[in-house]
Amino acid sequence: MRGLDVRLRQDTPIPLDVTLACPPGELLALVGPSGSGKSTILRSIAGLYRPLEGKVLVDGEVWSDTSIKADIPTWQRRVGLVFQSYGLFPHMTALDNIEAALGHVPTADRNRRASELLSLVNLHGLEGRRPAELSGGQQQRVAVARALAREPKVLLLDEPFSAVDKVTRGRLYRELAAIRQRLDMPIILVTHDLDEAMMLADRMCLLQRGHILQVGRPLDIMSKPVSVEAARLVGQRNVFPGRIVEHLANEGVTILDWRGRRLETPHAPAWSVGTEVSWLIPPGKVILHRRDRPSRGEAENPVMGVIDSLIWLGDTMIATVRLEASETRLLTFHIARHAAERNKLAKGEKVELSLIAEAIHVMPAAQPRRRKA
Amino acid sequence: MDWAAFWLSIRLGVLTVALLLPIGVWLGRLLAYRQFRGKAIVEGLVALPLVLPPTVFGYYLLVTFGAASPIGQLWHSVFGGQLVFTFEGLLIASIIFNLPFAIQPMQRAFEAIPSDVREAAQCCGMSPWQGLLRVELPLAWPGILTALVLSFAHTLGEFGIVLMVGGSIPGETKTIAIAIYDRVQAFDDASAAKMSALLLAVSLVTITATFYFSRRVGRRLG
Repeated sequence: MRGLDVRLRQDTPIPLDVTLACPPGELLALVGPSGSGKSTILRSIAGLYRPLEGKVLVDGEVWSDTSIKADIPTWQRRVGLVFQSYGLFPHMTALDNIEAALGHVPTADRNRRASELLSLVNLHGLEGRRPAELSGGQQQRVAVARALAREPKVLLLDEPFSAVDKVTRGRLYRELAAIRQRLDMPIILVTHDLDEAMMLADRMCLLQRGHILQVGRPLDIMSKPVSVEAARLVGQRNVFPGRIVEHLANEGVTILDWRGRRLETPHAPAWSVGTEVSWLIPPGKVILHRRDRPSRGEAENPVMGVIDSLIWLGDTMIATVRLEASETRLLTFHIARHAAERNKLAKGEKVELSLIAEAIHVMPAAQPRRRKA
Repeated sequence: MDWAAFWLSIRLGVLTVALLLPIGVWLGRLLAYRQFRGKAIVEGLVALPLVLPPTVFGYYLLVTFGAASPIGQLWHSVFGGQLVFTFEGLLIASIIFNLPFAIQPMQRAFEAIPSDVREAAQCCGMSPWQGLLRVELPLAWPGILTALVLSFAHTLGEFGIVLMVGGSIPGETKTIAIAIYDRVQAFDDASAAKMSALLLAVSLVTITATFYFSRRVGRRLG
């Protein structure tokens, strides 16, 4: 069986209860707020952390298994780890840093191999520089090359992009995406940046307090979180309560009651009629009706309200709308700058909006928030 | 000029430093990296010679090493002879009273190595020994050197404990510091002055050299 299989469980000191698998060549992103246990999972795979109960299997080989007290020390695991602040050896040159991970290669070949790896990460010519003489992005590349030098069976990336500026980060994303095509080992990326996960990951694992909330394609998790908790973690703002009213199989819709409004949503007969639910709609799927000219979309889940706030974010405007004076929760929508200007959007203006039925996602009703133990 | 005392001091200093190196690296790393119950007590014990009057410290060593003590008897049964008033006893006392001078700079030096650098060594496939030799020691050595030089200089100058544990047996336990005291007592100011000047020169040279080297290394690692 190829790939990575992880099962970790403990209650203290860091609560953990996760089961993960990552096939060769896949990039799995562990995403969650700080304290969600994502780095601990990574460190457990590397053998730098020992959970009370757990099992780490790589290509069928047992790296650790607490039930049979098996534990291969980190230095005997074929693991490549890129640390958040890189962990480069400050007294060694870039080339020596990479050679340091080539202990398994015959001495005569190390230098050539290290040079190849430096070229792979576009650092040809900087062999003799020490880490202090390299920029943040260059240091990160050395760290990646060093991790690959070990010919790892698992590649672990612990927030490797968090310490560089945005422009460099973009370049490093592209480089990693390019290098990835040549790699055939499981890759685990720890990040708290959803955009990063969206861009780089094949699958994403959403974590909170050491538990997995959801695993799936990043896009699916973003648009179809399994719970209100997951929706909040992926930054969905338009989460509202509702009640299932009826299923219209012929029309392929399920009707939802939202405080007296009738909303069409994708047909989901699994929800029994009368169930209290939560639902969300991504801000990009809330469409403003042109105020000068009615459009076809008007029929689709129309709602009316008053603009409560407007924030410019570059070419996009983020607007919140108060649907009724008594409503405490606001509906957020995104609109392109030119469209906002054409429609003369301003605070206090009345607007008509459509909620795209297809984009409405229904979830179990929000649980009252658990108090932290 | 009591050359015998001078060379005895040098020999004592070199051996103390040679034995303190592995002890200090082991204990310094332990205190730097590990959290364990009783760590504060260990750190307190290591630092104790800094605050305890040398005579008090010497007295307890005398009691602990004495022919009647378990340690003294064990020593007698293994090596024959006794521990107090011998060079060997003096060497052990010297190691103990130098612990704070050796351990603390080494502990700080190992603490200064970022944990991800040490972990990276493991992830690169280095065994604990390789990690120590190729990563930790090269990074910690300015601190280790400082520790050894401080211990060496301190050994040359220690007086109270040496007198208590070693007595003043020429060629065996009479160090240069004691020889200077001896000469002053005998109103031999000329010898005392020469030996004091020598001790001053040796101390100054070693300590200056340490600062120079550790700064150069510091710059290199920037």
